[in-house]
Amino acid sequence: MIITIKYFGLIAEVTNQSEESIDFSGRLISDLLNTLYAKYPDLKNKDFQVAQNQELVSESTEITGQELALLPPFSGG
Amino acid sequence: MSRHNRHIILSEIGQLGQDKLTNAKVLVVGAGGLGCPILQYLAAAGIGTLGIIDFDVVEISNLQRQVLFGTSSLGKNKAEAAKTRLEDLNSEISVIAYAEKLTYQNALELFNNYDIIVDGSDNFETRYLVNDACIITNKPLVFGAIYKFEGQVSVFNYQNGPSYRCLFPNPPQKDAVPNCSEIGVLGVLPGIIGSMQANEVIKIILGIGNVLSGKLLCYNALTSQPSTLKINKSAKQIELVLKGKDNFNKKQLEIDCEFQSDISIKDFLFKDNVQFIDVREAHEQPKVEGLEITQIPLNQLENNLDSIDLSKQKMIFCQSGIRSKQAVSLLRNSGILNCYSIKEGALEIIDFINSRHCEESR
Repeated sequence: MIITIKYFGLIAEVTNQSEESIDFSGRLISDLLNTLYAKYPDLKNKDFQVAQNQELVSESTEITGQELALLPPFSGG
Repeated sequence: MSRHNRHIILSEIGQLGQDKLTNAKVLVVGAGGLGCPILQYLAAAGIGTLGIIDFDVVEISNLQRQVLFGTSSLGKNKAEAAKTRLEDLNSEISVIAYAEKLTYQNALELFNNYDIIVDGSDNFETRYLVNDACIITNKPLVFGAIYKFEGQVSVFNYQNGPSYRCLFPNPPQKDAVPNCSEIGVLGVLPGIIGSMQANEVIKIILGIGNVLSGKLLCYNALTSQPSTLKINKSAKQIELVLKGKDNFNKKQLEIDCEFQSDISIKDFLFKDNVQFIDVREAHEQPKVEGLEITQIPLNQLENNLDSIDLSKQKMIFCQSGIRSKQAVSLLRNSGILNCYSIKEGALEIIDFINSRHCEESR
């Protein structure tokens, strides 16, 4: 399945892009994260949440959607 | 013609709505990049009681985005300077300035005096403090945060909705996310995000439109693209905060953002009364020569606090500037002041020393 992943804030700096599409056959969000950690080792030390089809999900959620997003917290004001 | 006429002639607001604004009490935490536009629009809208808490003073680098201030505000407390400007903007409202830091000790009592809390702070520790205090005092929290060209807006703790901890349960590791003073921010961005926060405040008070509760609005100023993500409530996270209610005012803030902790070797190399501390492991190369250096690897720092010269300014360095930062926060947490992290790594420090020696011998 082709999924699109959007990256926000610091995460986009780690992946060096704000969006990418990958062909992914894993089942869970955690499987996807492991793939991304292998591709972007620096991602492991970052804090972020994952959204699937515009809804925040946990690592044990099944991948059902075609649009995911990695969202870090911002502190600036 | 009345001051708030353009509100009153809107059928969705009317005199009744304007009276609601007059009777509302809103507290804004932080009068910085976000706080300035929030305060400006809330004051102009005629929010009857507007509180501002900020311990910081106006610096020249603030003026790029903190639009309530001018050159004449430099060096003044931000809450006080904002009050002066806002009273001129709208003399019919009451503005209360708290020129102090928001702490676990003053937060609950302060929040109890207001209907809505708006977060315009600039660090995670204050953001979690504000969130938890809003849960305990049962106040809606209008949240906004920025990073370079991107912003986030949401309303937490509104009519039993989710809180910030339902989105991000715990603060990130220290120093994992840099703040504006370290990395820069597009000046107009807090203007956009802060204005969105002011809009949420006004909708909550008037009871019109859809409040941004249970949703996080993410805005990218470079693409002008907003995206809205749904946040689910985590009863567990909220219960955890409520359980800690009795110990809340015994907690202490750990951060100390009252002074800049990152400095450049260029500013300090030839100052007196300085202790240079190398927190790299003993085997790490290259060694810095030509300076008197105390060597304490980061993982042994805690057990070697007596090697720190309390009478001197501590300039800490490492290979790249990351461990030195951790060392500074460790020392500060141990109550040792005047510690600075040199942003350059060992190699750059050596290059700088060599270049200075060349200049001197010329």
